[in-house]
Amino acid sequence: MIQIIDPERCTGCNICVGVCPTNVFDVVPGGQPVIARQHDCQTCFMCELYCPEDALYVSPFAAELESLDLKQLRETGALGNYRSAIGWSEGTGDRRRTDASFQLLGR
Amino acid sequence: MSRIQRPELVSSGDGTNVYRADVLVLGGGPAGTWAAVSAARQGASVILADKGFCGTSGATAPSGTGVWYVEPDPAKREAAMASREAMGGYLQDRKWMSRVLDRTYDSVHQLAEWGYPFPVDDEGRPRRNSLQGPEYMRLMRKRVKQAGAKILDHSPALELLVDGDGAVVGAMGLHRQSGDRWTVHAGAVVIATGGCAFLSGALGCNVLTGDGYLMAAEAGAELSGMEFSNAYAMSAEYGSVTKTLFYNWATFTHEDGRPVEGAKSKGGRSIIAKALDKGRVFPQLDKADAQTQSAMRLAQPNFFLPLDRAGIDPFSQRFPITLRLEGTVRGTGGLRIVDDTCATTVPGLYAAGDAATRELICGAFTGGGSHNCAWAMSSGTWAGTAAGAFAKGKGQVRRGAERRGDVGLRERGGHRIDAASLTRAVQAEVTPYERNYFRDADRLSDSLLRLDALWTSAAGADAADRSGIVKTREAAAMLATARWMYRSALARRESRGMARRLDHPYQDDSQRRSIHAGGLREVWTRPGPVLSRPVAEAAE
Repeated sequence: MIQIIDPERCTGCNICVGVCPTNVFDVVPGGQPVIARQHDCQTCFMCELYCPEDALYVSPFAAELESLDLKQLRETGALGNYRSAIGWSEGTGDRRRTDASFQLLGR
Repeated sequence: MSRIQRPELVSSGDGTNVYRADVLVLGGGPAGTWAAVSAARQGASVILADKGFCGTSGATAPSGTGVWYVEPDPAKREAAMASREAMGGYLQDRKWMSRVLDRTYDSVHQLAEWGYPFPVDDEGRPRRNSLQGPEYMRLMRKRVKQAGAKILDHSPALELLVDGDGAVVGAMGLHRQSGDRWTVHAGAVVIATGGCAFLSGALGCNVLTGDGYLMAAEAGAELSGMEFSNAYAMSAEYGSVTKTLFYNWATFTHEDGRPVEGAKSKGGRSIIAKALDKGRVFPQLDKADAQTQSAMRLAQPNFFLPLDRAGIDPFSQRFPITLRLEGTVRGTGGLRIVDDTCATTVPGLYAAGDAATRELICGAFTGGGSHNCAWAMSSGTWAGTAAGAFAKGKGQVRRGAERRGDVGLRERGGHRIDAASLTRAVQAEVTPYERNYFRDADRLSDSLLRLDALWTSAAGADAADRSGIVKTREAAAMLATARWMYRSALARRESRGMARRLDHPYQDDSQRRSIHAGGLREVWTRPGPVLSRPVAEAAE
């Protein structure tokens, strides 16, 4: 479930408000968006992929809130690690072409 | 290619935007986006409305999928078709399988031309039998916009518009972020709203609540194969990522470490369901060697995301799993298709992707996304092309059409529907393995008594207010879907593909045919024509 909008990183671009398929976020005029309907989150991680600042963190626990330490998430690189894994972060573009499914399918 | 035609904003104000377009596509997943691009290629003006965001919505976007992509070599094509037939209970149609293989091959090459970053193997050959969801759907959104279609995000459709001749001529819905309403007058409508997974939390599936089935049925459309609706997929107990391929490398154990005898991802999932009824089940991907492990990480980063974040190494550690209902998303039932263009039984209304029946290529069973992916590309292309041609042939769109939506949209002098409690009541009938996975006549009839009573009550309710209308219609759609599913399951007095009956455990050649269904107040089922070729094999 979405749990964190990092107030230090978020620039208030509101991309997350637009891309969330289940409409979890609300715009705050002149400010950073808020998680307004947390329990509508379907834990699909799409907001993280579209956040250009790596400011969002979706906990893997779909139905319960997890106790999280934002400072630690920043330091361990957990914020944004899915975006870089699929090659959508700066400098990771090569990973867009490394889908190894063909080595696994039909085995 | 024709010149790009743009849809038109006819009026706005009083909290309603009115648009006019040749073709309206409902749903912005793979099928909807292929439909929009294809309709625009016919020179049609196109609006695509998605409940969420076209590009992230639906089962494909957050996931990744194999593609039923087979080179046009007759022997390979024959093998690809034959390999699925027994599993699907011989309900497939070879003609449809063959044209889907052709269409998918061309569509995948189109994706490559558009710049999809297919991987290249050690011999330098591009490998095109899988797609990464985020990458694929980001590209499709871009192509829809480049085709000149207008995308309405966060704009769930609530009901269809029908003219005096019974043809579908548009839809009405809500822009849920502004609270404004929308109306689109169109010459044809493509339903590409996906299947129904009953808000089970399966990856990306919580937007898939059967909305398109309900709207289409209200306009008189029929369904087919709704008994093929009890797919369950594995995820970590706490998580949402229902990717099942890698469990082929798993050993399954009970909580105390004893192996779950016979448990397998493929062909042994019912054993896992039975074990989960009694206690917890723990896989460990201990059959994957180092090379496989690294290929897995590159193939499906999202499989590892919830495990890494919870501090679990799935290769060396056991972790608890659950089975999440995927309903008709990974089932094969949906709106009935009556011809090669993916037309429904209602003029002007087409169906594509998981919203349509996939029996034509999958029959009674689908084990994975690859066929659904191929079907979405193919049916989306055909439905969009035909809708474009149909709309262009009609000329000026007629106005003042009749609204066909009913439950939750009209004042009936009753109460308001409590969407959350109705949803829970429907889930209580369709989620439990002992009702939906392991079906028999008594349990199906028992569930239907309650589901029918829920419908009677909902049908007498008042219109939902603006803040509750989307969830109310979703609840009504799930309720209607559950009733078609269980009525169809009762009508199939045998076991075929995924539609297993404890009280009729064998496949019966005389029932080798589809079950059609429809109706809202009174749900009906009707057997389709028996398919001729006799077969001896039993269901798997």
